[in-house]
Amino acid sequence: MDYINMLAFGVYPYIALAVFFIGTWIRYDREQYTWKTSSSQMLESKQLRKGSLPFHIGIIGIFFGHLVGLLTPKPIWYALGVSNELKQWVAIIMGGIFGVICLYGLVILVNRRMNNVRVRVNSSSMDIFLLWILLAQLVLGLISIFYSVSHVTHGAEGEKAAVMVALMTWAQNIVTLDPVQAVAAVANNPVDWVFKLHVVLGMTIFLIFPFSRLVHMFSVPVQYITRQHQVVRKKFAKPTY
Amino acid sequence: MSRLLEKLRFFKTHKEPFADGHGVTTDEDRAWEQGYRQRWQHDKVVRSTHGVNCTGSCSWKIYVKDGLVTWETQQTDYPRTRPDLPNHEPRGCPRGASYSWYIYSANRLKYPKVRQQLMSLWREAKETHKDPVKAWESIVTDPAKAKSYKQARGMGGFVRANWQEVNEIIAASNVYTAKEYGPDRISGFSPIPAMSMVSYAAGARYLSLIGGNCLSFYDWYCDLPPASPQVWGEQTDVPESADWYNSNYIIVWGSNVPQTRTPDAHFLTEVRYKGTKTCVITSDYSEASKFGDTWLSPRQGTDSALAMAFGHVILKEFYVNKQSQYFQDYVTRYTDMPMLVMLEPGEKVLNQGRFLRAADLVDNLGEDNNPDWKTIAINSKDQRLTSPNGAIGYRWGEKGKWNLEQKDKQGAVDLQLSLKDNHDEVVEVGFPYFGSAPHEYEYFQHTDHDEVQIRKIPAKKVELANGETAYVATVFDLMLAQYGVDNGMNDENRAKDYSDNVPYTPAWQEHITGVKPEDVIRVATEFGRNADKTKGRSMVIVGAAINHWYHMDMSYRGLINMLMMCGCIGQSGGGWAHYVGQEKLRPQTGWQPLAFGLDWQRPPRHMNGTSFFYNHSDQWRYEKLDMSEVVSPLANKDKWSSTILDYNTRAERMGWLPSAPQLGTNPLGLVKAAEEAGMDVKDYIVDQLKKGDLKFACEQPDDPKNFPRSMFIWRSNLLGSSGKGHEYMLKHLLGTKHGLLGKDLGEFGGKKPEDVEWIDEAPEGKVDLLTTLDFRMSTTCLYSDIVLPTATWYEKDDMNTSDMHPFIHPLTAAVDPVWEAQSDWDIFKGIAKDFSRLSQGHLGVEQDVVTVPLQHDSPGELAQPYGGKAWWKGEIEAIPGKTMPNITVVERDYPNTYHRFTSLGPLMDKLGNGGKGINWNTKEEVEFLGKLNRTHVEEGANQGRPKIETAIDACETILSLAPETNGHVAVKAWAALGELTGRDHTHLAKPKEEEKIRFRDIVAQPRKIISSPTWSGLEDEHVSYNAGYTNVHEFIPWRTITGRQQFYQDHEWMRDFGETLCAYKPPINLKTVAPVLNKRQNGNKEIVLNWITPHQKWGIHSTYSDNLLMQTLSRGGPIVWISEIDAKAAGIEDNDWMEIFNVNGSICARAVVSQRVPEGMSMMYHAQERILNMPGSELTGTRGGIHNSVTRVVMKPTHMIGGYAQQAYGFNYYGTVGCNRDEFVVVRKMDKVDFLDTE
Repeated sequence: MDYINMLAFGVYPYIALAVFFIGTWIRYDREQYTWKTSSSQMLESKQLRKGSLPFHIGIIGIFFGHLVGLLTPKPIWYALGVSNELKQWVAIIMGGIFGVICLYGLVILVNRRMNNVRVRVNSSSMDIFLLWILLAQLVLGLISIFYSVSHVTHGAEGEKAAVMVALMTWAQNIVTLDPVQAVAAVANNPVDWVFKLHVVLGMTIFLIFPFSRLVHMFSVPVQYITRQHQVVRKKFAKPTY
Repeated sequence: MSRLLEKLRFFKTHKEPFADGHGVTTDEDRAWEQGYRQRWQHDKVVRSTHGVNCTGSCSWKIYVKDGLVTWETQQTDYPRTRPDLPNHEPRGCPRGASYSWYIYSANRLKYPKVRQQLMSLWREAKETHKDPVKAWESIVTDPAKAKSYKQARGMGGFVRANWQEVNEIIAASNVYTAKEYGPDRISGFSPIPAMSMVSYAAGARYLSLIGGNCLSFYDWYCDLPPASPQVWGEQTDVPESADWYNSNYIIVWGSNVPQTRTPDAHFLTEVRYKGTKTCVITSDYSEASKFGDTWLSPRQGTDSALAMAFGHVILKEFYVNKQSQYFQDYVTRYTDMPMLVMLEPGEKVLNQGRFLRAADLVDNLGEDNNPDWKTIAINSKDQRLTSPNGAIGYRWGEKGKWNLEQKDKQGAVDLQLSLKDNHDEVVEVGFPYFGSAPHEYEYFQHTDHDEVQIRKIPAKKVELANGETAYVATVFDLMLAQYGVDNGMNDENRAKDYSDNVPYTPAWQEHITGVKPEDVIRVATEFGRNADKTKGRSMVIVGAAINHWYHMDMSYRGLINMLMMCGCIGQSGGGWAHYVGQEKLRPQTGWQPLAFGLDWQRPPRHMNGTSFFYNHSDQWRYEKLDMSEVVSPLANKDKWSSTILDYNTRAERMGWLPSAPQLGTNPLGLVKAAEEAGMDVKDYIVDQLKKGDLKFACEQPDDPKNFPRSMFIWRSNLLGSSGKGHEYMLKHLLGTKHGLLGKDLGEFGGKKPEDVEWIDEAPEGKVDLLTTLDFRMSTTCLYSDIVLPTATWYEKDDMNTSDMHPFIHPLTAAVDPVWEAQSDWDIFKGIAKDFSRLSQGHLGVEQDVVTVPLQHDSPGELAQPYGGKAWWKGEIEAIPGKTMPNITVVERDYPNTYHRFTSLGPLMDKLGNGGKGINWNTKEEVEFLGKLNRTHVEEGANQGRPKIETAIDACETILSLAPETNGHVAVKAWAALGELTGRDHTHLAKPKEEEKIRFRDIVAQPRKIISSPTWSGLEDEHVSYNAGYTNVHEFIPWRTITGRQQFYQDHEWMRDFGETLCAYKPPINLKTVAPVLNKRQNGNKEIVLNWITPHQKWGIHSTYSDNLLMQTLSRGGPIVWISEIDAKAAGIEDNDWMEIFNVNGSICARAVVSQRVPEGMSMMYHAQERILNMPGSELTGTRGGIHNSVTRVVMKPTHMIGGYAQQAYGFNYYGTVGCNRDEFVVVRKMDKVDFLDTE
């Protein structure tokens, strides 16, 4: 069991992250013309509009929930006066809402991709695989809510929501390059199979990230909102390579 | 540096705001701009051209980057001209420059496609029938199944297939059709071989090997001017554009040179700088008008009236008032003007009869060979009758006297032009006048002159062999009379001066055309004076505009007459420059064996397109034009009481026109049937036909056994461009949704054909399988069952020539065909392979009976010296090749079709090669090809034969066999002609004898071709190519009855139509508007306009019209031009949607309201695809159509004449033509524009 835990929660995250960072870098440097959303709106737009918007609203919410929730160190939460229970309830409610919105959109998108002939024949196997893996991950996440609800009161007073805390610890140790502590956090706590599966699948999404259309999230044109109306690039800018 | 790291320089980037912070200057990386810059880079340049029937034949540089075509620009390395003549380059136009857009566009065909309903049926059938032929049978013999896919044609729903599957369907259908109905139920339509001759040859070779029909196109497009074969016995031969620069006076008549001859227009501009005067004649204010020192605007369709008035002035000024020695000499030697015409007794006066022949005279005037075909003149010195050299009778059966030397068998002669001073008597002769008939909408004006004009003619009396005496007159004297020119013989019916309102004076023409008489007098005088001084350097550039009218031969003969009167034909800088269609296939005689499989079997099956489509799309079922409306007032009206189709079927049975299908039975079974009857096959068929047990297929066009079951269309957009009677084709040929608004003869009780079976319920969906090859999804593709993606002009090896310049150009594969596209050559090779495979067990070595009409340039042109007679009525004996079509047996080896396709067959060694009536041995060239292309070594039907595996092999075959590209062959060809003329012509090719042009040579640089007797002009250092040059300078006769240029046409049917001499014939009444005018109103005013369909500015036919770049320059959808006056009357503003309709169908388009257009005319640039921005009609319940949705073909019987010297059939040479400009339409503003998006 230790071996499996080590492999899944100590080694696999670094393989996934390595592929994620290096793969993305290589693709960005070498395959600029493949860096795109691969939109199929030309082939089908009605279902896309119905599905894509809720999907993206949901997934962006979930993404930032995970990012903030997992990586913010405990002392900061306490300093802000956020207890573990409160944090978990916020996660359950917000995660539930965004999760359901996302699920609604994703089901439409999966159905569209599989059953619309024009979209289907123009899909790569990665396009199809990606949607299914996202769906599986989302469903696992939603299932985990039920476990979370029962977990809220777990643990000693002041140390409630122990499973959530264990996962935070794991994540923070991974990013601080302490796999031993990370594995310990998972191994020494009663983390349910659904969370473990969710984490491994999540790592897998990182793994396939550079090979899929997911790369488009790095190029969200948020700058457009704030930048000047006219951008002039200098004529004699030093060539960079 | 890494792009990613570059992005991470957030804190290092330097930003400087400007304009109060609205803008910012940054120093961020600009490497991404490289991507856009690379768009215009290339790593190789390849020479190719555009095979698009624009006559441009421009050489282009095709730029390729990383295996993708990036763009194209004009080549500038044409071979030089000579001092004092501008160079050709650069040539090209915006249309050609936009071509590469197509290659990767959404419109590009990428995969073979099959109509979905047919595909399901096929896959289903293949499950129960292992044999694909049986599977096909099970589909087409089940009416419900057949209907299910036929009615879906044009309704979308293609599915992607693979080559294996489509080839199998096509081959199975062809095998089944040939076996069940006969190979002549399979037809192919592909136009203009000159634009990509190997691609044309691919399909034609396949069809010819299996016995299918190749349909002609030049006549169907109405680009063929029937006047040319009538006058010269020549399909079309014209000067190259460089010769415009040698001219001193140019009339541009109905030809929009800058718009439709863009790459050549510079010569017209340049010669004006040299001082040449130009007169432009166009009804609308076209782009060409700006080129004119004078612009004349006659009412459209009345050009022959103007031409007659010009002719009147020329005759008066240069033949009567003052006599031009040059003109007199020219017409005496080179035209039929001195020939004698018999005058026949008529009701009141004498009528113009046929030419006097040697056979009419005592002892045949000493001529024993073909005396029926030797015309007679008078020798001025001793007033004796003479049969001068050169008449067509001298062409066959004897050698050495078919030339234009002024000689007869007694020695030198000097032919007498006029009998004015030597007549026996002055007689009164009737001349039919057609200008007095009123027009149905009174749009065209008429005059109140008698319909028979009586004129006094000086005549001689001649003793005939039968003891009778006949009056004869010269063509010249008749001409003066016809033109109304006073010849000083006190004829009060002729014009005293130009202001007399007598046909055909300048004053008279003003009533018809609206052109001021003084302009006519001035232009004609200048034209003639220039020609007189320069010995013929006056030219007429003429285009389709005036050739698309029903009586187009009158307009053309009118202006050709001017040129002949002024001695301009065959002279540098002079002559008839008719540029309509890229008809000049320069290496024609090298190409013919390849294209029509003449190396394996002869003769091929050829069919004239117009009659084919008129017949099979049942346009005849709606015919309203009665022949009594168009024949001469002097003709016997009873003889002309039948319908147009009757005359066509009579022409077919008399051997005048070809037939497709040919006989009313499967021709593969006839030899066997004859054997069973114990008879020779010819005798058997004649016997069966006479008894009526066997009929010609044309007598029962609506009988299912005579349907054109299988059709191929390639290099063509028949249904989106040239398909006159579009809606009839949709209904009857294809059996799908159509917009026909009229009723057929049965429904409205019209006059039905006499000789043709009438079936009350008209068949729909006659074609079982329509296969189209194209590189883009055209209208035709949308209506096809199978669509095959073909290589573009930058993806295949081929060759291209034009009449505008003397070079031969390659098309070369800059890149391989993208996606699954293949070249036409490879596609038909693939079909041939599957056909061979599937034919086994169904077809073996078969004896195919082929009927052949009496061919021009063969002894058959002498078959009927006094016109045709109906053998089926017992008027004459039925003799194949004489009074009816010839009957031949061709052996077809069906399982070896593929082997034959890919090799040069043995008939080239045995029978040699040739064209236009001459023949030469070509053994050496075959041997050479065996070395160049290698021979087939494997055992089989083609072992030892030279290979023709690739398109380049095919190019080399053409180039090696043709005199134009192989100097050695050219010398042989001139020598062969010399035997007939008795003169040595080899000096024309000797200097280039060792020149051999091969494919890689023309890839390196376009090459100028070698002079050959196939053409009447020369390619050399001293003159530009000009038609008729060798006739005039080498004394080679024209291939006409007199051997000279014909002012006079003497066939019985020509006489009945009053077209012995040129006349003004007004546009005809088609009666297509009254049944629909104001019948189903939408609240907007309906007006009636003449329907004109000229060539467009933003496309070449339909090509480029769907190209985004061209659409951007134009208006992005279908448009019709109307005048400001008409627009105001109908309440239409520019860009309003209009519906244009008549009984033939309906079109929706937006209005272009312009001063360019004269009142009463509507103008739709032809061939705007109906696939773009096309709303639904308010009348038909379907989408608006193409320009041909409001047209229907109407044929003229004079174009059916055959077996009569120059009026004998030749593929694309003579035959019915598809005219369409006499048409009128109703125009109104649309009330509701519905794009039928929910359909």
